[in-house]
This record gives sequence, structure tokens and C-alpha cells, in this order.
Amino acid sequence: MSNYVLECYNLNLLFKNHHAVKDFNLQVEKGKTYGLIGPNGAGKTTVLNLLTRVYKQNLGDIFINGKNTRKWDSTQINRHGIARTFQNIRLFKEMTVLENTMVGFHNNQKYSLFDSIFRTPKYFSEEKKIKNKSLELLSIFGMENKADCLSKNLSYGAQRMVEILRALATDPSILLLDEPAAGMNSSETMNLFEVINKIKNKFEISFIIIEHNMNFIMKICDYIYVLNRGETIAKGKPEEIQKNKEVETAYLGGQYAENK
Amino acid sequence: MKKQNIYSFLISILSLIFGSFIINSGVVSNSYKTVILQIGIYLIASLSLNFTLGYLGEFTLGHAGFLAAGAYTYALLLKNGVNFLIAIIISAVVSCLIGCITGVLSSRLRGDYLAIASLGISEIIRIIIVNIEIFGGPKGLKSIPKYSNFLLIYSFVVLSFTVFKLIINSKHGRTIIAIREDEIAVKSLGISTRKYKILAFCVSAFFAGISGALWAGNQGILTPGEFGFMKSVEILVMVILGGIGSMTGSVISTSLLVAFPVIFQIFIPNMNKYRMVIYALILILVMIFRPSGIMGKKEFRFNKLKNPGGSENE
Repeated sequence: MSNYVLECYNLNLLFKNHHAVKDFNLQVEKGKTYGLIGPNGAGKTTVLNLLTRVYKQNLGDIFINGKNTRKWDSTQINRHGIARTFQNIRLFKEMTVLENTMVGFHNNQKYSLFDSIFRTPKYFSEEKKIKNKSLELLSIFGMENKADCLSKNLSYGAQRMVEILRALATDPSILLLDEPAAGMNSSETMNLFEVINKIKNKFEISFIIIEHNMNFIMKICDYIYVLNRGETIAKGKPEEIQKNKEVETAYLGGQYAENK
Repeated sequence: MKKQNIYSFLISILSLIFGSFIINSGVVSNSYKTVILQIGIYLIASLSLNFTLGYLGEFTLGHAGFLAAGAYTYALLLKNGVNFLIAIIISAVVSCLIGCITGVLSSRLRGDYLAIASLGISEIIRIIIVNIEIFGGPKGLKSIPKYSNFLLIYSFVVLSFTVFKLIINSKHGRTIIAIREDEIAVKSLGISTRKYKILAFCVSAFFAGISGALWAGNQGILTPGEFGFMKSVEILVMVILGGIGSMTGSVISTSLLVAFPVIFQIFIPNMNKYRMVIYALILILVMIFRPSGIMGKKEFRFNKLKNPGGSENE
């Protein structure tokens, strides 16, 4: 048994003629944060979709806690401890923030249709338990005053936050964040940075983060993988990546290096 | 139980008794009585369709199939001397099973494809009914004992309204609404959407079956022609007009649409022929001036009084 929470070896995905992901390897240690960067169309989101089984790989294997995920669907992936957010926010818009987080807890909520129709004591106790848990989660991140807002009425940054909290509610060991800071202003990005640190300290989970904001990702990640056209062109600690010439030409551009 | 729930429960019981007293006292003329009973039957049908269309967010065109399954099961059971209450339950279960098939389909098909597939299921049911001797063929079944009275029909209206409301305000309802909002997100939270889709269709079909059974018990005659595509559309119009995802909206629009032609028939004879034309017209007008339906997604409330019961029992 390896001590990695998530491993993937030689992942390959073909969309007809387009080789979207080529020989992607990743080993995730517990509590560490990994960054995926690369220019548009590099296959970053595709990798996340492969990990969560939205797409099925043509070649290669993914192991979660040593178990092969080949036969699972995205539902089972989550039950084995991988939660994710999406590039374009996928909140339940017509539901309140509280309800959104409560849906995240549903898998831990054991009562049947019978209980909900006849309103048995079990229904009340379970509902109360989940509601309290959700409120607690919201209050850790200072969202409890927004609990009864419809999620579509929230600001963009707050919606991102709710999505992360909802994913967190499923009690994951790895959280995949797809461009969490996209469209955020600098104070919201700072806030996000603090939230992720808070989650790391409190829940001891690993992160895989896709992000275009270089300052953000360099600060937050332990390891960074750079993708270009489906290929991993570099991997290593943030400092190493910053010095890497190939990465600069492919993605960061010469200017970034000069400004540095 | 919350206080308001007890109030609405009492109000619905009282209005049931009061309504049934008025109906039986003979104050209401026979034609109005028929309308009131029909409203009740259509209410159950439209509420059940609203559950899948409005809350689960799956567009189906086969609701008449569930009604037909319920109605014919009920009729056959009654003719074989089964108690009518047991017959209603059994016909609901039969319809529920067909709903289960639609649910399985809905986890594989989406959008327009599901609409066509569900239409297919309801047509299959109709064709089976036409072609199998025991169902009376195209001529249909006659002289079904008429057990459907005001009390029975509206008790089931209250029951279905309450059950839907209870489910919606639980974990199951929350998940079902979440599936409507974003199915991929629900899957990513480790929830099997398939299970909840099947569940929603089963519950919906269960009550559609009851509606069908009550229909059979009300008409006394069943012909397969009644349960064609137009029936599904009729119920669909009621849901869309009232507001997709608003149960009280369905109640209002169903009452209006069922009562409308019959009331106008008093002034203009032969109105019934043009019923579908009027439906279509109303639908077009509503879509232009109020695209989200009469109530939108909101629920009608008497001040602060929440009503999980049928406080609007005519």
C-alpha cells in the first residue's frame, strides 16, 4: 500500500483526433496542495474531469486510497472522498445557501421516504442534525448571515465560496477546485486564500487547484504541474517552476520573468 | 408538529366535511357538481405532473398513460368485486410501476428525448388497452360502479397535496429540486441522481394512478380514446399555466381550466368541442404576458398561514 491518497498513472484521453491528455501522472499526498497550470486548452479541466470520472480515460489508471476507480462513476468517486467545484459555478440557484450546503450532507443523512412522508422522530432529529452541521460549516467561514439568501442573489465571490463549502460538506479527503479565483477581485482572492488555508488547517485535506492567477497559485501550492497541449511539461515546487525556462515560453511568457 | 400545520390540517378536514355536506344537500346543481368532481380529479393529476415537471424538472408527455393504467386497473378490480379503496391503492401501485420504468428511462435520456420516450410509453399503454380483450377493446369498459364522490375525491386531493408538500420539504425533495437546478453538481456531491429520479417518477405516477382510478369511478365508462396524447397535453397545460414548480399555481389553473368550458357552455352551447382551442389560446396568451405561469415558482399563501392541506377546496 502506498501512502498517497490519490494516484494516477499514464492517463490518456482522446477526443476523436485530439489528444487531450497525454501520459499524465500525479501522486497526491495527504494534506498537500497541488496546482495545475497551463495555457487555455492545455487540458487542466479535462484532468479534473478524468479524476472525477466525468470523462473516462482511454488509457491509464486512477487509484483512490489504493483502489482502482475504473469501474466507478462520479457519484462513487465522491463517496470515496473526492469533492470538486466547477469552472462555471454550478450552484442550486433557486435554493438558499443553507439548502445548498445541506444537499452536500445528504449522503450522511440516513432516513427514508417513509420517514419524510410520516414525519417520524427520525426525520426531525436527522434534519436538525444536518441543519446544525451546515450552519456550523457556514459560520466557520463567516457565511451564516447569508444562510437564507437564495444562492443566485449572492455576489460572485460568495457563490464560489458556497460551492466550496458545499463540496466540503461531503467530507472529502481531496478537494478539486477549478479556477476558484477566476473573476474575483484582489480582496476576494485574499479572502479565498485565507479560506483555503483555514480548510487545510481544520480538515487536513489535500487540494488540487487549477488557477490562472500566478501569485495566488505560487503562494498556496506545495507542488505545481504545468500542462501544455495535454502534456506535462514541468512539475515541481513553485520556485522551481518559476525558474523553468520551458514554462516561461509556453505559458508565463518572457515578460513575467522580466517583471520578476 | 408545527402550529400552522395543525391549523391547515383542521381547515382541510372542515372544508372536506362542509363541502361534502353542501354537495350532498342538493343546493348545487348536477352540472356544477360534475365540474367540482372533475376539478378534484384533474387536481391530483396536475399536482402529480407538477412534481416531475416542476420539481424534478423532467419534461414528459406521457402522463395520460399513468392515468390510463390507474383507471383500467381500478375498473377491472371493481368488476371483480374488490373493495373500491383497495382497488384505488392497487391501481396506484400499478401506475407507480409504470412510473418506475419512466424513471429509469429518465436517468438515461434527457430533455426532448425523454418527452418522446414517455409519450411512447403512454401510447404503448393505450394500444395494449385497445388490443386486449379483457380491457374491452376500443369500445371500452362500461358500467363501472361509481364510488367517486366529493369526499373521496377531495380526501385524495388533500392527501396528494400534503404528501407532495411533505416530500418537497425533506431531504428527498431537496435533492429532487437540486437535480432540477444542476444534475452534474448533484452527482459530484455523491448523490445517485438515478435513484431520486426514479423515486420522483414513482411518487408522481402513484398519484396519477389514483387520479385515473377516481376518474373511472366518476365516469362509470372508460374508453381508450380518452387517454390519448391530448389528455397528457391537457394536464401539461394546467401545470404550465399555473406555474411550473408551484403547487398552489397548479391548483388555481386546474380549477380555472376545468371550470371554464363548462361554465361557458351555459352561455354558448357546444363549447366543449372547442375546449382544446380555448386551452391553446389561453396558453399562448399566458406565455406572452406571463411566461412563468400564473404563480411562477411562488406558492400562494393566506397571510402567514402555510397550507400543506387543501384550504382551497373550492
